Amino acid sequence: MAIKVSIPTILRNLTDGAKSVEGKGSTLDELFADLDVRHPGLRGRLVDDKGLRRFVNVYLNDEDVRFLGGLETQVSDGDNVTILPAVAGG
Amino acid sequence: MLTIERALVDKIVAHARADHPDEACGIIAGPIGSDRPTRYVAMTNAERSPTFYRFDSLEQLKVWREMDDRDEEPVVIYHSHTATEAYPSRTDISYASEPNAHYVLVSTRDPEKAEFRSFRIVDGEVTEEEVTVVDSH
Repeated sequence: MAIKVSIPTILRNLTDGAKSVEGKGSTLDELFADLDVRHPGLRGRLVDDKGLRRFVNVYLNDEDVRFLGGLETQVSDGDNVTILPAVAGG
Repeated sequence: MLTIERALVDKIVAHARADHPDEACGIIAGPIGSDRPTRYVAMTNAERSPTFYRFDSLEQLKVWREMDDRDEEPVVIYHSHTATEAYPSRTDISYASEPNAHYVLVSTRDPEKAEFRSFRIVDGEVTEEEVTVVDSH
């Protein structure tokens, strides 16, 4: 078992076109670090030095992780993580 | 070029008018690769602001899953400007992340006449495109 991560179109160039990938970790931060080993550059598109980038939405199962613990959100085997580009502007 | 049915243009403009002076936003989904906007979905502007919009994140997840199930993509992503012209702002450009989408801007600054324009936004480059309004596809 692992954690399934759905990848949006705009980031699939980093996953050889895959719509979803699998990873492991006990927090979202660890999961992203693990994914970055096999998909270099992915973490940098999701996280900057201040935390989760405001241009992306990350969901654990059906919850927005901003309302959970952000990068410190606990994850475990069997969870589904979904990444979507935030749609926003001025 | 964006080809869009008149009824969908009317829905977008009506939504923009209804939410004025706050910005309104939403999408028109269509079959993947068709470049044809067919299914109108008004979204909640989580910011409820006259100068900013952001899709409500949980609503977005639900709508994106529906599109996935139906083999659709967001063909049009629209929002309104309520005091300025219908042209992408710097913030709009920095957030634009769908290179295949038509970014539609509506301005409601004139209470009589709505501006309706469409753009491609790819890698920070804005290109305006022609809008062809048809009665039906």
